[in-house]
Amino acid sequence: MLASMLFAIGSQLSPEPGSSGIEMLETDVFKLHCFQTLTGIKFIVLADPRQASIDALLRKIYEIYADFALKNPFYSLEMPIRCELFDQNLKSALEIAEKAGNFGAGS
Amino acid sequence: MTVHNLYIFDRNGKCLYYNEWNRKKQAGISKEEEYKLMYGMLFSIRSFVSKMSPLDSKEGFQSFQTSRYRLHYFETPSGLKFVMNTDLSVSNARDALQHIYSNLYVENIVKNPTCILGNSLDSDLFSTRLDTFIRALPYYNPRTT
Repeated sequence: MLASMLFAIGSQLSPEPGSSGIEMLETDVFKLHCFQTLTGIKFIVLADPRQASIDALLRKIYEIYADFALKNPFYSLEMPIRCELFDQNLKSALEIAEKAGNFGAGS
Repeated sequence: MTVHNLYIFDRNGKCLYYNEWNRKKQAGISKEEEYKLMYGMLFSIRSFVSKMSPLDSKEGFQSFQTSRYRLHYFETPSGLKFVMNTDLSVSNARDALQHIYSNLYVENIVKNPTCILGNSLDSDLFSTRLDTFIRALPYYNPRTT
């Protein structure tokens, strides 16, 4: 909850018009990526600073959310997601991203 | 490529210095409120980062970006905070902020016997040298519109 307030303040304090909220936050040990959908759902990923293509990963996670949570008739909006297919597909998307990221960091 | 503005806060959250070079949009609130909001946001981000960090971190929060600008943050061991907003093409302004601290702040404010630490920085020499430094940055380029 605090996180979404912080991201919104990032937009208010912007020196340029038309800014979004915080999309990426960097520290010395990790990078935090935030993807906000049009409906206000935020997908937040903490990753190694060298990990590549997190944007693609965030969009993939959004797709998995749409397919396995939203389209699940037993899932109600705004509730915690307890859908097995969501977890399985999320896990394999993360594994793929991690493998791809390792090649990226090594080369 | 440009620098939008710069804030300097002391460890109590008081804004010691603010200047802008290429700011297109104001925050819609008074400057006092804006300084408090900026400081509050940074304080919360730092606390959030230290709680969420998966590994032990030495320096903590360094920068964030939105779709239009990037905010760079540098804190000295004495709690002095330098905050600079630039456009997205500037990936790392840490060296610039470090230079502003060691070569401009320390030289012109700390070593100045008439400047009382804790008051707003009203040294003309500091302001002019800072302005010259910012304008000389390779990524500074005032837009004509």
